[in-house]
Amino acid sequence: MGLDFTVLPGYFDALLLGSLWTIAIMLVAAVISFFGGILLAVIALYTPAIIRYPFRVFSFVFMGTPLLLQLFLIYFGLIQIGIDLPAFVAGVIGLGLHYAVYNSDIIQAGILAVDKGQHEGARTLGLSRGQTIRKIIVPQAVRTVIPPIGNNLIALLKDSALVSVIGVAELTLTSQLAISKTFRPFEFYLAAAACYYVINLGLEYGLRQIEKRVAAAR
Amino acid sequence: MDFDLILRVYPYFLEAALVTIELAVLSIILGLACGALGAYARLSRWASLRFAGATYVSVIRGTPALIQLFILYFGGPQIGIQLDAFEAGVIGLGVNIGAYMTETIRGAIIAVDKGQIEASRTLGMGGWQTMRYVILPQAARLMIRPLGVNINAQIKGTALVAAISVVELTYTAQRYIGSTYKPFEMFFLAGIIYMVIIYATGLGINWLDRRAQIK
Repeated sequence: MGLDFTVLPGYFDALLLGSLWTIAIMLVAAVISFFGGILLAVIALYTPAIIRYPFRVFSFVFMGTPLLLQLFLIYFGLIQIGIDLPAFVAGVIGLGLHYAVYNSDIIQAGILAVDKGQHEGARTLGLSRGQTIRKIIVPQAVRTVIPPIGNNLIALLKDSALVSVIGVAELTLTSQLAISKTFRPFEFYLAAAACYYVINLGLEYGLRQIEKRVAAAR
Repeated sequence: MDFDLILRVYPYFLEAALVTIELAVLSIILGLACGALGAYARLSRWASLRFAGATYVSVIRGTPALIQLFILYFGGPQIGIQLDAFEAGVIGLGVNIGAYMTETIRGAIIAVDKGQIEASRTLGMGGWQTMRYVILPQAARLMIRPLGVNINAQIKGTALVAAISVVELTYTAQRYIGSTYKPFEMFFLAGIIYMVIIYATGLGINWLDRRAQIK
């Protein structure tokens, strides 16, 4: 069986729609992972041990097990305790939490890198502890760690292909559906890879723009 | 939590864990080979080799590993490459992590102080001698920890081959979830095994890193 790329144009719309879903999943998961990462970092650094330790276990588990397994747990496992999430929701929550844990490590380092005088200065000016963390420390910390968080976002985009296994009709699953009709795996997976590559280029471009703006604001 | 069930099925999980370890070890060896070749190409004097290395890294890192596996396993037969699922898993994962290792190895080599190269050339050493006796021993120390990060990622990455039905840990967990409807127990079991493997590997990397440092 040779290669025949003429089957691709007929599925142009499907692949485009799949790409848009992939972008949507990435964006929603990115937001969860960003704010989740900040929350986890603040918990890890500023809360008493009784709150901190359970979250540390949570982070350890999410870092030590494969994302695929976590997606299965969230999608199929929560049904066991009566929570039936749609596949899309389970997918973005799984991706978001997984990368929130990775982002949290980076943001913690960013928070620790913020000059101590900033904390003291804010408290002296009469800001409360919560206000200091929220309005002074975190914004500065996040700014310094944008590049590594961007790298995580690129990894997240590629890992978004995994949510196809729990049945979210994004780019990977769309190509699988096309393959089941045409029996042309090589052509369609190659096309999917090309779509991911283009989305990735776009994402990298976007991240560079953000980095530039953040650098300019500093 | 149904511990009786866990006690009943855990031997099958341990068997599957061996497949996971086998996959990880073989693909990491292949990855190191690809990484060394890739770094050699990226640092080469010839523009065509540099371009080939850069393309390898960019294409592999720019697309999902899952899609790469699918192209190899499902698409391979169309261009005359017949692999069983395990072989496709090892080759796909190895070539994938090799692109990340290329950058790790290249980074470690260019992190060695430039003065070292100049000094050895001044002492009359050839290009290969400089690399072999001066640059690589120093770069090797620098790359242990970042390669450890790649290796850690790869152990978790082996879960992907469940999607091409290699019977490893994740696939086994998935199959038992299907037959027992006890996802939490199965996740617990598989998760603990993954964490033990990763933790043990981490200890090994730390030991190696400590040993390699100059006191």
